[in-house]
Amino acid sequence: MATTTKKKLVQWEPADIKTELLEKYPPKVARKRAKQIMINEALQKETPSLTANVRTIPGIITMRGCTYAGCKGVIMGPTRDIVNITHGPIGCGFYSWLTRRNQTEAGPDGENYMPYCFSTDMQEQDIIFGGEKKLAAAIQEAYDLYHPKSIAVFATCPVGLIGDDIHTVTANMKEKLGDCNVYAFSCEGYKGVSQSAGHHIANNQVFRHIVGENDTEKPGKYKINLLGEYNIGGDGFEIDRIFKKCGITCISTFSGNSTYDQFASAHTADLNAVMCHRSINYVADMMETRYGIPWIKVNFIGARSTARSLRKIAEYFGEQELIDQVEEVITEEMPEVEAALAVITPRTEGKTAMMFVGGSRAHHYQDLFAELGMKTISAGYEFAHQDDYEGRQVLPNIKLDADSRNIEEIEVEPDETRFKPRKSDKEMKALEKAGYRFKEYDGLAPDMDKGTLIIDDLNQYEAEKLVELMKPDIFCAGIKEKYSIQKLGVPMKQLHSYDSGGPYAGFQGAINFYREIDRLVNSRVWGYMKAPWQENPQLSASYNWE
Amino acid sequence: MLLRHTPTEITKRKALTINPAKTCQPIGAMYASLGIHGCLPHSHGSQGCCAYHRSTLTRHYKEPISAGTSSFTEGASVFGGQANMLQAINNIFTVYNPEVIAIHTTCLSETIGDDLPQIKKKAEREGKIPEGKHVISASTPSYAGSHVTGFSSMVKSMAMMAEPTGRKNGKVNIIPGWVEPADMEELKRLTSLIGVKTILFPDTSGVLNGPLSGEYKMFPEGGTTVAELKSTGDSRGTLALGEWCSADAARWLDTKHKVPCSVLDMPFGLKATDRFIDALRTIAGVNIPEEIMHERGQLVDMISDMHQYLYGKKVALVGDPDQLIAMTEFLVSMDMCPIHVVTGTPGKKFEKRIRELTRDMGCEVNVKAKGDMFLLHQWIKNKPVDLIIGNTYCKYIARDEDLPYVRWGFPILDRQGHQYFPTVGYKGGLRLLEKILGVLLDRKDRDDPEEKFELVL
Repeated sequence: MATTTKKKLVQWEPADIKTELLEKYPPKVARKRAKQIMINEALQKETPSLTANVRTIPGIITMRGCTYAGCKGVIMGPTRDIVNITHGPIGCGFYSWLTRRNQTEAGPDGENYMPYCFSTDMQEQDIIFGGEKKLAAAIQEAYDLYHPKSIAVFATCPVGLIGDDIHTVTANMKEKLGDCNVYAFSCEGYKGVSQSAGHHIANNQVFRHIVGENDTEKPGKYKINLLGEYNIGGDGFEIDRIFKKCGITCISTFSGNSTYDQFASAHTADLNAVMCHRSINYVADMMETRYGIPWIKVNFIGARSTARSLRKIAEYFGEQELIDQVEEVITEEMPEVEAALAVITPRTEGKTAMMFVGGSRAHHYQDLFAELGMKTISAGYEFAHQDDYEGRQVLPNIKLDADSRNIEEIEVEPDETRFKPRKSDKEMKALEKAGYRFKEYDGLAPDMDKGTLIIDDLNQYEAEKLVELMKPDIFCAGIKEKYSIQKLGVPMKQLHSYDSGGPYAGFQGAINFYREIDRLVNSRVWGYMKAPWQENPQLSASYNWE
Repeated sequence: MLLRHTPTEITKRKALTINPAKTCQPIGAMYASLGIHGCLPHSHGSQGCCAYHRSTLTRHYKEPISAGTSSFTEGASVFGGQANMLQAINNIFTVYNPEVIAIHTTCLSETIGDDLPQIKKKAEREGKIPEGKHVISASTPSYAGSHVTGFSSMVKSMAMMAEPTGRKNGKVNIIPGWVEPADMEELKRLTSLIGVKTILFPDTSGVLNGPLSGEYKMFPEGGTTVAELKSTGDSRGTLALGEWCSADAARWLDTKHKVPCSVLDMPFGLKATDRFIDALRTIAGVNIPEEIMHERGQLVDMISDMHQYLYGKKVALVGDPDQLIAMTEFLVSMDMCPIHVVTGTPGKKFEKRIRELTRDMGCEVNVKAKGDMFLLHQWIKNKPVDLIIGNTYCKYIARDEDLPYVRWGFPILDRQGHQYFPTVGYKGGLRLLEKILGVLLDRKDRDDPEEKFELVL
């Protein structure tokens, strides 16, 4: 299979492109994929439906990873002072060791286990006779070495199959050690259909075992938690900088640059601001029910989105001091952003982008591209659910299939002593009446233009086809997709790990991103694909000596 | 300090591996499969395995790595993965049309006991494998051995494609082991200089060091062809480079098809390359060409020219057995002292070999198979070294302990060159030496007091 981007110059209709994408598939595959490719009608709340969060077809080269990756890699990976032990053969621990570019600031002597990889390295006899004893011994050895405040255990595929009871082992070890919170995640890779199940499992256990462990009131005003921000490339640092400047106190971030204690104290915040809806909405919902903390959707990707999100937080607290401070910060930060845009936009205006990542980024990053005058012509998520495409109003209509039903839903009740409504009913109603929206996410589809293509769980074959047919100026996905796209002569930006760059969040981050995209779409390298003699292959004259 | 929680005091650990010096079997099988022309590796397990292996190989090579997965869900894990595998075979041949699908198992499919040869037979019966196409498989349980074992098993499966015709092909099989595409290219250059016709398998050159030309080929020009693999049973003999990576395949060809084999060390450094070249010379019955003599002489020349900076330098090594054995011998041959040597891969012979190679070195050696990098770091804290050689994860130790550091091994996630510049053979030895000297002398230039700072070294 060889493809080049040179072939087409005709204008394709979205329906034709969809047909092209499906043409080569066996009929059953084509029928299934057809439901995951949607030509956007850009109708608020009435968009045509798209199938998402369903099984990937075996043999179709997918971008997706597994539940373990979503749980250990994504959600729990960025917390620096929990000893994360992978219970399983060595591979899973090895591959998730320092590969996600989560940055953390532990200070000169703070606890930081992120540069370490801990594994029980299960061997054949553990598979045959069970790995519980080895796991208990491993927890003991980790405790003896470090005396950490917390040890987390992550199950890999064989653990579930052989029936190791990791929850009993960890509960016993917690009791035995006394001063160390030990708990486990049943995040076997085969569960669910993608990383998404792992996010849910992580949310459940963090909520069950850590949130609420520390009631000590933290100092500061305007206390929020930032949920679903993983400090890739330092995004969280930039957002923290802005919060500090505004006078907003971030009690905890789930989970970029975070600590165990941040999770433990999260219930003392007064607002949950949700960045990545897909990976963390569960914990936001559960905290609302148990502790009375309302949640709102925010987005700090894009300078204008950052300003909007800050205003939204300020409006919630409703105090003039904060509202003024936020305005002052925006006024202070925006000139540099506008100056960067003024220089760069003439070089990016009118160019096109495609992005296929995550459960939020394929949406959030469209704001940054829009600021650059670039149009997103096709986008989709790797592991999102229908609500991330179409908005949370579809939630009641989503049918649970076998794969989702296997993922635990925790029943949460209001906490008898610690449930405290952050606003009175009247205040909430007043806010809502003024257009303030709690617990809302409209999804990606309404923000995309009519006729754009929204594709769930895009695979390698379709990615190549899309690039060949639609010739975007830039394509965004992950490391696995990077080089097949670039071989076609199209720059590819990783939006999971950002390649080497970042931060891209907040105001400074936006400027970094504008420069990065300018660098990519205007790089000289894309002009070197053909050697001079390939441009004029026929020798038409003899060499002209000086 | 990055590894701030690593204590100097070494306590015995029985259950907990910290900072592994190995990874799991399937990634080795995937790498080996990429050395077959027109091959799509396939991971029979849940999606994460395949995603992790593809990501790691992509980061190492900065090249596209295509591979399929059986995308196990909970249902498949309970009822077996046969249905997923059959569907995958059909989809792969329809959509991607490779010459070969090379399937490897995972801890998941091994634990539930999926039988790949049986699934393959069923696929054949059901006509899911088109005429002239091939499906091969290797059992690569992640809970045994290491990535090296997985590589070796897939290479053996490649050997099992041999279909002897009874007529000798006059060629020599060369099994290079887990080396870089550039190394495979260099081995082909050396054998052709000597005039030995070879079948090199696997061969990732031209697959994982491709050009940027505006064209994406899922199956690039490189790789050992199916015809060549079939022909390995007609070869004069097999040179297997590396006991851990290559010997199984060679011995299988010997036992099954009477293709005699020799297991040599991987030709890294002077002496191991000498043995490799000498073997080729004897097989071909020719004199060594002047060009190779010249290259050898250049390597000896550089060792002698710079010996004063190498002599007595203590080195910590971590990596895979075959590579470490050759590297240890190379360092000792230059009067350097590899004093800490760790691999995560099991194998009692490894410790014995390293002890033999370092016996006359004059200082005590710490060596461990089934070790980890946490232990290596503790050894370094207890007995400091002048140089560390290993994969990218060594950079954390190197920075904390302020050590000169040469990246060599798998994976290298933060530097480039390994796919383009070989480290096997004499030329490769020169490159290794250049790198070693580069970091040692940069350190000297950094640390020498001003009055001792020198222009000429």
